[in-house]
Amino acid sequence: MNLLHLILREVGYRPLNFMLGVVSVAVAVACLVSELTVLKRYDLRTDGIIAARSAETQSRMAGLEDDYRKLTLKMGFNVLILPKDQNLGDLYANDFAAKSMPEEYAARLAGSRVATINHILPILQQKVKWPERERTILLMGVRGEVYMQDAKQKQLMGPVASGTMLIGHELAVNLKLKGGDDVVLMGRKFTVAQVNPERGNKDDITVWINLAEAQALLAKPGQINAIMALDCTCDTIDRLGKIRAEIARILPDTQVIEFASQAVARAEARQRAASEAAAAMAQEKTVRAKLRAEKEAFAAVLIPVALLGAAIWIGLLAFSNVRERALEIGILRALGLRSRQVLLMFLSRALVTGFAGAVLGFAVGVLATLPAMPALQLPWLPLVLLAAPALAALASWLPALIATQQDPADILRKE
Amino acid sequence: MSAILEICDLAKRYPGPSGPVHALVNVSLQVNPGEFVVVQGPSGCGKSTLLLAAGGLLRPDAGTVRIAGQDPYALSPEDRAGFRAAHIGFVFQQFHLVPYLSIIDNVLAPDLALQRPDATARAAELIARFGLKDRQHHLPGQLSVGERQRTALARALLNRPQLLLADEPTGNLDRDNGVLVLDALAEFARAGGAVLLATHDIAAAGRAGRTVHLLAGGVREHDRKEPA
Repeated sequence: MNLLHLILREVGYRPLNFMLGVVSVAVAVACLVSELTVLKRYDLRTDGIIAARSAETQSRMAGLEDDYRKLTLKMGFNVLILPKDQNLGDLYANDFAAKSMPEEYAARLAGSRVATINHILPILQQKVKWPERERTILLMGVRGEVYMQDAKQKQLMGPVASGTMLIGHELAVNLKLKGGDDVVLMGRKFTVAQVNPERGNKDDITVWINLAEAQALLAKPGQINAIMALDCTCDTIDRLGKIRAEIARILPDTQVIEFASQAVARAEARQRAASEAAAAMAQEKTVRAKLRAEKEAFAAVLIPVALLGAAIWIGLLAFSNVRERALEIGILRALGLRSRQVLLMFLSRALVTGFAGAVLGFAVGVLATLPAMPALQLPWLPLVLLAAPALAALASWLPALIATQQDPADILRKE
Repeated sequence: MSAILEICDLAKRYPGPSGPVHALVNVSLQVNPGEFVVVQGPSGCGKSTLLLAAGGLLRPDAGTVRIAGQDPYALSPEDRAGFRAAHIGFVFQQFHLVPYLSIIDNVLAPDLALQRPDATARAAELIARFGLKDRQHHLPGQLSVGERQRTALARALLNRPQLLLADEPTGNLDRDNGVLVLDALAEFARAGGAVLLATHDIAAAGRAGRTVHLLAGGVREHDRKEPA
């Protein structure tokens, strides 16, 4: 006969004490397993949702791309009409056309009623030094649109009243200017009518004034250096070629380039859609992370409480078992059982209780979270099967020590 | 011939509500191999205390105990337990069987301490000898009192002890079972063992080779006669 045989016989003889111990361990283990499974399931669901959202966004982006492609077939685009002798390299390098052409060209173009152009805006633009402020600026004279295809159309850019100016955002910040301020530009007084919002391009260092005043300041009376033909439409594939041909017919000594095209607009729209999708996904992740943290906090309270409760309960049951078996311990000690064997007997009983509780608790935990079965973490099983008996043995340590300290003579004498 | 049990000037007192109670006062006793000694005396005279002290379970306040030439109280508690298992057999009035172990397992219980390879065969032999073969897989609660005491006797003999300490082993038995137990004790003594039996039973005293009267903690007289 060995100690395990004796322990199993005792367990069979006093099943209530054993079962109560097993149930307490099982409850703690079930809490642990179900909480961990629920958390893992939540993580898997989060990953699934984020992956689905990502796929959905990709799909929507692809759809958006296609939609833009279809939409922009009939979408307006912008062209810049420049003097024919303007070197484009210089234009791109300097941000303005050094050559000029008569302002009358705008009226001529408008008068021709070109079907492909919706808005015509003559400008005189030049990079100049603002002597009074010691700043290099882009000075742009505008007179508003000279032509709109349809009276119902919204004006893309209105005229700038004489004696006023509109200034770009960077200039306003740098020169500490605001609406209503009076300034002097190249010896002429102006009032700041408006500060434009930040655009992130050369507009931020541009000053818009009335075209006639610009012509006067730049000593180019009756001259402009570009005509912006905006929101052009064309139903052919080679729309730039078609509009170039039309304009060349009306204004033969000009050249036409495309600028701020729909491609840019499309890219910007796509970028905006992508960043909105990313923001939505980030928000989803934040919300789910917050929910997970709440679940984790709950588990962080529940699991230790369950484990502590089980440990206390097992300790009490072990005390009860030791008291109940006092005579038996006395007899076995009289028969020669050593105190360390008595200790081992009670600790082994606790290990058996812990192991049985771990198996039962794991099964209950799995059943309780049956819908989350894919998230079941079998790697936890060995840990649980080791930790639960260890916890039970730890909780039974003191009662087992008390059992070893019982005096067999005292017990037998009282009997 | 050297004594198996030698007790010299043994004293033991217990704390009591009105001062210490002297259970044993200068008790000296010797039990030789083959000797069946009965201790008699009124209740409370210290018979059980004497057996516990003689069995290495209760350290005396004074005096010495030697079993097979060795003082068990000079050993560590763990070694003393092993010494008990190897040299001493106990039989109690209440049998003190482990209630959840079968008869065979109860007989084998002392083997938990020694783990001898022949223990199972020895247990089977003892079970057969005491007429318990048909009952060996029963629990103690399913046995008659006589069968239970026979089981306790078999358990006491499992490790082939040199000394058998029996505390009122026939107190709960009918005459036939009492005789059977006393026969077994006498046979053990005849085989060279030493028996120290504490009892009120006149018949039991009649089987002893020597009777020791314990009165108020001290040995008062020894009656010697030939063993039955």
